[in-house]
Amino acid sequence: MRRLAQFGHFWWDFVVGDDWRAAAGIALAIGITAAIAAEGIAAWWFMPVAVAAVLWLSLRRAADNEYTRP
Amino acid sequence: MTAGFLIASAFLASAVEFVEALTIVLAAGVSRGWRSALAGLGAATLALTVIVAALGPALTRIPISALRLVVGALLLAFGLQWLRKAILRASGFKALHDEEAIFAQELAEARAAGKEERAGLDWYGFTLAFKGVLLEGLEVAFIVITFGSAQGRIDLAALGAGAALVLVAVVGVAVRAPLARVPENTMKFAVGTMLTTFGIFWSTEGAGAHWPGSDAALPAIVAFVLLLSFGAVTLLRRRRLSFSAA
Repeated sequence: MRRLAQFGHFWWDFVVGDDWRAAAGIALAIGITAAIAAEGIAAWWFMPVAVAAVLWLSLRRAADNEYTRP
Repeated sequence: MTAGFLIASAFLASAVEFVEALTIVLAAGVSRGWRSALAGLGAATLALTVIVAALGPALTRIPISALRLVVGALLLAFGLQWLRKAILRASGFKALHDEEAIFAQELAEARAAGKEERAGLDWYGFTLAFKGVLLEGLEVAFIVITFGSAQGRIDLAALGAGAALVLVAVVGVAVRAPLARVPENTMKFAVGTMLTTFGIFWSTEGAGAHWPGSDAALPAIVAFVLLLSFGAVTLLRRRRLSFSAA
């Protein structure tokens, strides 16, 4: 059981990394892009905007944590 | 253009990871003996070869649109992790990677560890080299497989990774010291930019949307990601100064 948890932790760390919110934001952005495209509307512009927002929010969180860490 | 991008991305990503793996193998070799360290390196290389050989052909059986969606999402996850670290280092929020300090720490830990022999090998030295090479190499293997398979050119990605391996191994053997002068953060920045660019491109296509001009949109996406990254570094530097002044 411990080894299974370690294995799961390794893959989580490997794919998701330090910020799970960024990974969740990317998954959500892909879903929204698919939903817009399914309506027959041009959706190519959405991912760059979403990536910019996700990256900036993730960086700000990391930067603020550096300065609020006790 | 995409072939060049593919080789360059695989080369740079692999070089960064191989430099880190070299540091660990050097620490294991110097402190615990070269036989165990090289056995660990060989066993990890074999394990990575098996992973690539098993996953590569399996991926080619997945329908291309599903593959591009999964690969795009994975590349974005990896790319944003690399970019995030590179931006935080460039703006001073994270310390720059120091191979010499890491080497000194690994060396001290390896020297302090007890002696245990298994299969005629110093077990600590073997597992240190094995784990180091396997973990650093796994990311390279994933980048080579995902990047190469979405383009239908795993061979080109493997070529880039192989060239990096040869270069780092040759330089490592020549200097027999951690490669501290490699501009690791610049390389991480470049790789993060490329992975994020292809991640944006393929996840969008995989989600059913289409880029105006198809592949011709790639240079525009690269420019966008670069602009975004440099803008983030500038804003974070200002933020750090305002934190320092407060």
